[in-house]
Amino acid sequence: MEEARVIPLFAPPRAVLPAELELEPVAPRTWEQRAADTLTFLSRRLRGDYSVDEYGFDADLTQHAVLPVFRPLYEKWFRVEVNGIENIPDTGGALLVANHAGGLWALDAAMTAVAVHVEHPAGRYLRMLGADLLFALPGVGTLARKTGSTLACADDAERLLAAGELVGVWPEGFKGIGKPFRERYKLQRFGRGGFVHAAIKSGVPIIPVSIVGAEEIHPVLGNAKTLARLFNLPYFPITPTFPWLGPLGLIPLPSKWYLEFGAPIHTESFPADAADDAAVVFDLADRVRETIQNTLYRLLVQRSSVWR
Amino acid sequence: MSVVLITGVSRFLGGRLAAQLAADPAVERVIGVDTVPPSSADGALLGRTEFIRADIRNPLIAKVMDQARVRVVVHAALMASPRAVGSRVAMQEMNVIGTMQLLAACQKSDAIERVVLRSTTAVYGCGPGDPAVFTEDMHPHGGPQTGYAKDAVEVEGYVRGFARRRPDVDVSVLRTANVIGPTIDNALTRYLRMPVVPTSLGFDPRLQLLHESDAVEVLRLATVSHRPGVVNVAGAGVVPLSQIVRKAARIRVPVPAQALGLVGAVVRNSGVVDVTAEESGFLNYGRVVDTTRLHTAFGYRPRYTTNEAVESYLAAQRPGPRAVLTGVGIASRVLESRHEQRTLTRSGTS
Repeated sequence: MEEARVIPLFAPPRAVLPAELELEPVAPRTWEQRAADTLTFLSRRLRGDYSVDEYGFDADLTQHAVLPVFRPLYEKWFRVEVNGIENIPDTGGALLVANHAGGLWALDAAMTAVAVHVEHPAGRYLRMLGADLLFALPGVGTLARKTGSTLACADDAERLLAAGELVGVWPEGFKGIGKPFRERYKLQRFGRGGFVHAAIKSGVPIIPVSIVGAEEIHPVLGNAKTLARLFNLPYFPITPTFPWLGPLGLIPLPSKWYLEFGAPIHTESFPADAADDAAVVFDLADRVRETIQNTLYRLLVQRSSVWR
Repeated sequence: MSVVLITGVSRFLGGRLAAQLAADPAVERVIGVDTVPPSSADGALLGRTEFIRADIRNPLIAKVMDQARVRVVVHAALMASPRAVGSRVAMQEMNVIGTMQLLAACQKSDAIERVVLRSTTAVYGCGPGDPAVFTEDMHPHGGPQTGYAKDAVEVEGYVRGFARRRPDVDVSVLRTANVIGPTIDNALTRYLRMPVVPTSLGFDPRLQLLHESDAVEVLRLATVSHRPGVVNVAGAGVVPLSQIVRKAARIRVPVPAQALGLVGAVVRNSGVVDVTAEESGFLNYGRVVDTTRLHTAFGYRPRYTTNEAVESYLAAQRPGPRAVLTGVGIASRVLESRHEQRTLTRSGTS
């Protein structure tokens, strides 16, 4: 209860200023203006008049086509409540480490990216790291790259961090997505701690991110191993609706989400060669994992219901 | 002062390099080697270049190198497709065995000071498990297993071996990205010139390109000055294939990846474009390289970015139809003017 009272005090004082500036009377946008905006976007797309970065991130497409699809999901469907956005720096690199929900598709990653862009005063983009399987999939892999994802490997992570980008990782990986419903909010092993290596080497802070609500959207009841082998996938989840209802089974349950960005864990003080010291790396990875796990337990105790 | 021997002189880059060197008074002699004579238009550009019609596997090359006291060898003859020689086996023979013979001739020469290899960024391969950006020191994931890229990896291996055996010789390996421009005719420009461009369904490769003039300039710098080492050569920035096709106002036809090889085979047999199996991998993922070393150690910054190189290529093409675009443009302007009118009348009444 004490902590529940503490949380509102975190309210970011610096976020207030830009918000107030934007509060100047703005004429409501007419449908003509909105339609014109859409058409300008379309003509820009048709002419090929936009730019992508070396990872394939297409800010124009993300901003004008993908975000408008995910925003209602973020605001209306999951009613995401965000805490600690001020822990994300306005500029410079940082590594966001989060828990991964079991389920059908990585909606938790998408919602974290929306939260960072929408709630942060600087409107930063989250650059997510995904497994190679993701990029081998037609359509999905291409969309992932266009919306800011790249391969989860040391080279890409360090390059992004060196360029001062916000990088998001889900170190549970497929172990996390494939975990059954009864193991929800129990963090799986954090791989080999590659993310810690990248953070120390780049000298950027690690920001633990705890996501509550995402692990109820697709209750995974079982794993059809034969089907997984058939389709060459790491797992084939069975939920109450999937695959029975076909594509309809992909619709997530409307749980209420809480997203907490924890206090940054600074890595600048580590000597440069600490990145190659397995003991240091595992130790720090454990610390991050415990921080997220404890925050998850706290948020779970605080919430009154899965749905409200 | 110096005598330069260029292989692949009847092809675009070798020919343009020879033309530039022939115009440079500091270069004593330019000797061009190729299996076919240059086209008459290209031949006119070559100036005082002496042309030898020979296969680089021919022992004649060693004799020429010895007699002319060749100081610099520029190897720009690697073939990207078997179209010119008929079969993949013949292509590999020319690429790999040809390089071995050429290096053997260099090894024996006591006049040689510098070897420049025009390689390719294809040596990094391309796949879903590869990092987004390749640096020169990266060892590719598995590496390329087929075709041109495999040849290039083997050729680079032989060149490294040569550099070890002859530490007195400067060796430059230029890994160039796909070249594009208003005058070059290669698989990429032929592909983009097709009225309907088949792409891989569900994929949009990230392309990083090099303008033809930058490619020639980098080759020239490596030839006339001391710039040893392996270096990636590419323009800044990335343009997805879909964007290039849009800029070119062509029609993109996404084809399932498995069928792309088949489409490629049909198209290839019609003699227009070479979309081989390995290129269909390239058409899924594309390839991007880090060019820091080109800017710093090598000391050259390409004048064209990838986007500018594409624009430069497109400026020389006939524009495609833009009916849809014009429609969208008109509609958006009509809506904007309606909105402006409305705000004007509103502010007038208040």
